[in-house]
Amino acid sequence: MTQYRVTGRGRVDQGTPVKFSFDGKTITGCKGDTLASALLANGQHLMGRSFKYHRPRGVVTAGSEEPNALVGVTRGKGRFEPNTRATMQEVYPGLKVESQNKWPTLAFDLGAINDRLYMLFSAGFYYKTFMWPRSFWDSVYEPFIRKAAGLGKAPTEVDPDTYASRYLHCDVLVVGSGPSGLAAAMTAGRAGADVVIVDENSEMGGTLLSEPQAQIDGIPAWEWLAGAVSELDALPNVRRMTRTTAIGYYHQNMIGMVERITDHLATLPEDAPRERMWRVRAREVVLAQGAIERPLVFDGNDVPGVMMSGAAQTFLNRFGVLVGKTPAVLTSHDSAWHTAFDMAEAGAKVAAIVDTREIVDIGLQDRAKELGIPVKLGHTATATKGRLRIKGVRVNPVRAGSAGSGHWVFCDALLTCGGWTPTLHLFSHTKGALDWDADARVYLPGRKSEAVQIAGAGRGLWGIGAALDDGAKAGTDALKTLGKSASVPSYEVQKDRIGTGVFHKELPTDRSPGKAKAFVDFQNDVTAKDLRLAVREGMKSIEHVKRYTTNGMATDQGKLSNMNGLTIAADALGKEPPQVGLTTFRPPYTPTTFGAFCGYHKGAQFEVTRRTPIDSWAEENGAVYEPVALWRRAWYFPKAGEGMHKAVARECKSTRESLGIFDASTLGKIEVSGPDATEFMNRMYTNPWTKLGVGRARYGLLLGEDGFIRDDGVIGRMRDDLFHVTTTTGGAARVLNMMEDYLQTEWPDLKVWLTSTTEEWATIALNGPNARKLLAPFVEGCDMSNEAFPHMSVRECTVAGFPSRLFRISFTGELGFEINVPARHGRALWEKLWEAGKQYDICPYGTETMHVLRAEKGFIIVGQDTDGTVTPQDAGIGWAIGKMKPDFVGKRSLDRPDIVAPNRKQLVGLLTEDPKAVLVEGAQIVDDPNQPKPMKMIGHVTSSYWSETLGRSVAMAVIEGGHDKMDQTIFVPQADGAPIKAKIGTTMFYDPKGERLLVE
Amino acid sequence: MLLINCPYCDDTLPELEFAYAGEAHIARPADPSKLSDEEWRDFLFIRTNVKGVHAERWRHINGCGRFFNALRDTVSDQFVTTYKAGEPRPEPKTLEAAE
Ligand SMILES: [Zn+2]
Repeated sequence: MTQYRVTGRGRVDQGTPVKFSFDGKTITGCKGDTLASALLANGQHLMGRSFKYHRPRGVVTAGSEEPNALVGVTRGKGRFEPNTRATMQEVYPGLKVESQNKWPTLAFDLGAINDRLYMLFSAGFYYKTFMWPRSFWDSVYEPFIRKAAGLGKAPTEVDPDTYASRYLHCDVLVVGSGPSGLAAAMTAGRAGADVVIVDENSEMGGTLLSEPQAQIDGIPAWEWLAGAVSELDALPNVRRMTRTTAIGYYHQNMIGMVERITDHLATLPEDAPRERMWRVRAREVVLAQGAIERPLVFDGNDVPGVMMSGAAQTFLNRFGVLVGKTPAVLTSHDSAWHTAFDMAEAGAKVAAIVDTREIVDIGLQDRAKELGIPVKLGHTATATKGRLRIKGVRVNPVRAGSAGSGHWVFCDALLTCGGWTPTLHLFSHTKGALDWDADARVYLPGRKSEAVQIAGAGRGLWGIGAALDDGAKAGTDALKTLGKSASVPSYEVQKDRIGTGVFHKELPTDRSPGKAKAFVDFQNDVTAKDLRLAVREGMKSIEHVKRYTTNGMATDQGKLSNMNGLTIAADALGKEPPQVGLTTFRPPYTPTTFGAFCGYHKGAQFEVTRRTPIDSWAEENGAVYEPVALWRRAWYFPKAGEGMHKAVARECKSTRESLGIFDASTLGKIEVSGPDATEFMNRMYTNPWTKLGVGRARYGLLLGEDGFIRDDGVIGRMRDDLFHVTTTTGGAARVLNMMEDYLQTEWPDLKVWLTSTTEEWATIALNGPNARKLLAPFVEGCDMSNEAFPHMSVRECTVAGFPSRLFRISFTGELGFEINVPARHGRALWEKLWEAGKQYDICPYGTETMHVLRAEKGFIIVGQDTDGTVTPQDAGIGWAIGKMKPDFVGKRSLDRPDIVAPNRKQLVGLLTEDPKAVLVEGAQIVDDPNQPKPMKMIGHVTSSYWSETLGRSVAMAVIEGGHDKMDQTIFVPQADGAPIKAKIGTTMFYDPKGERLLVE
Repeated sequence: MLLINCPYCDDTLPELEFAYAGEAHIARPADPSKLSDEEWRDFLFIRTNVKGVHAERWRHINGCGRFFNALRDTVSDQFVTTYKAGEPRPEPKTLEAAE
């Protein structure tokens, strides 16, 4: 048996030892221990180092609010987790734990030098210390901050675990399984409601686990608890979930919960997720989260061995561990007296009970006397002794608010209690109002905005009996709104520990308050002095004080520090706490893994990958892919030994000289049909559609109502009442949404149907002088001659026997066709064309070659050469506007003063003076490279490529007043080297007369 | 996550199925060319930005696809009511009667 374990005490299995390692040392705990209780059983209080000063820190709580005892836990490759709370991690054989924020060892840490530089790190130190001199930023401050930043080591390997995700609907969700939560669940469950009760701990019971002395209806607490649990388990309408934390309370009673499934197991079950995120929609919620003990603020209150008295009681009664053999108690609340009594009864020699109050219940004083515990009333604590473990506390009598002379009480643990703060985090997530109770000096739940009941200590009630009755009432109230009724059970509790207490700001001291390190936020090393300094320096709102001092910004999110911080700040401002405010609680309630949030959405499941019907051919033929919207598209097809540059040069050359084949299936396609289809098209697109004959196609331009380019694409008229609209790959859904919006809400009188057909068609583009020669033999039902089937036409015919919408259009400037066939025939057609095309050295090309070929022709890509601030005139495609049309979306904006103003950025071509220089897309453009910095930027490069066809680079750019700057020289400054000189010109770099479209 | 009632589906469904679409009851002028620059500017850009009950457009984008209108409290985020496109904004009295 380990040194501090009390035989026969606690709920752990003392007959089943569990060996694990802590900083490489083997430690023995018991089955049922948390890491914290197992270490304490071995006398180890020192569990971590603080963030800022690297001060030695011990565990202070027994629950999820723990700010100090944060450790790294590992179970093999990829399974390392930093900042695990030792109070929540259950031990299992082989568990491996390392302490954090120390170097070289936990007991001797060089970073603690920060502690000696205390003045440097006071409130707002980030804002002050690192201000000047400027040159220190690179050499001193930044390296220091980078080294100091972060708590714990981030894991570096891919997490091999899976994380699950589920939805759940219920009548009543009960959060917390202490006496009030259990009573609520039983009341609602017995009445037949669908009940879910959750608790973040490994077993249910809450306070009952730490108070075995109580008797409920004549039954010992633990026996009653076992009965309650088995009753709930027997009810088919009740789901009981342990190791499950309700992390957030969202709109309309949706609660996010994380269930930890494997972190406590010695061996991982095959295929089990590590955690599961539950999204619960409850008709009624009962919050029974209890209360969190508040630390007392005094000099040296952070030495290992100083901990919350309630935690000591839990370690003793639930885990059978004495946290000290000669503990002292320092309190302002009755509850800590019971801790002292329990410890004395378990064999500890309690050094003293020091209470800040003058008057304390006489029954408590009598019991202390019986147990031989010295009592000091009306005392304060002014210092502690000990570095890695407390050795003593200096206590002083207080008269009229000031401390008299002190003396030392020697102890090996100091159990403190500054009262209890109702846990209202989840309630606060709902934007429910928190009302200040001026008598009790706590915030209590006020106006509610959700269907929620708060029960027990969460609304300031104290004692097991009160919690049980209140929980039962909450259950009944929840049932009432569900239209069910139940009689409210009442409970008789004996040996209940009903108590009272007071709250303090920092305790009075006889020493210089300026020298005191009286900690408020343990993890972030925020002291009472820091808070007062922040107020002196002008921080008046608690939100400012919080950010300036970092109080409450640690991983415990202020569970221990918020109320003390508020009390001290309010005192410094001479105001009541509610006038200073309370910082907002936000989800999650406790730190939550990214894995739980991601769930299944990782790796291949992170996002949908859309593939065309021809994608598999591209993969088999060595395509390199690029993502475009949700699609993966063949980027280029390298031959052996080719990089991207070579492959693209070859693909461009082959297409221009003979024949290229391209998978254009990702183009968005929308069918616009109905008697009013033409009118609809006239209103949506800038172009005129009335006179476009059946079988003809036209470049369509879509603006927003603000006059800026939104999308474009070739549109074919299939029938009088049917248009085949194509959109950009990424714009398809947006364009359809915009069309639907106008059709449904502005022009509901138009008889038009819109249908997305993107995935119904496979689209193969053939480009090059031999395109017709290859295609014509496959086509039936369409005269392929230049005269019968001119450029910008569309026919319904068959290609290789497949029904087809065949377009003669070109995005390359070469003779071009786009063959649409039903998606299921896409690959078959591609392979037929591929086989027959070998006689023309047919070349498959990808999106990169497509981009180069279109840029050589000056065709824009919406979203690359335009950015949401470009009008048709800016882009040089004013010809696409139907000037005679009375109206279309965006027309009125084209006359707005700032749209017609001179010197707008306009799209132009750029040719670099050095033909080999390829500009970087996005590079900024200046008139004069010798002007002083910051230079005036007049535009930027939108597209830039090496053109194998032209044997030089080509680029497009938007430049202020660009259309009037033809042949002028501009410069593109470089990060290294001389600015690149280029000349403004037309965007039409290749075949400006369009003769190549007309090849026979 | 909010629950939203689609007036076309007549069903209350999770927010995930819906997309926000801006302030409601801003009709596109029948003849924009008749508007002054200032009037057109206001139509394009000026919105009420209320604190409280706001009339706004939503689309049941992952459902029936219909655009509809809603009254929603911008303080609590909660929906007061939803109604079909083209219907007038419900008066507070009508809302009380419906409750
Ligand atoms: Zn719907």
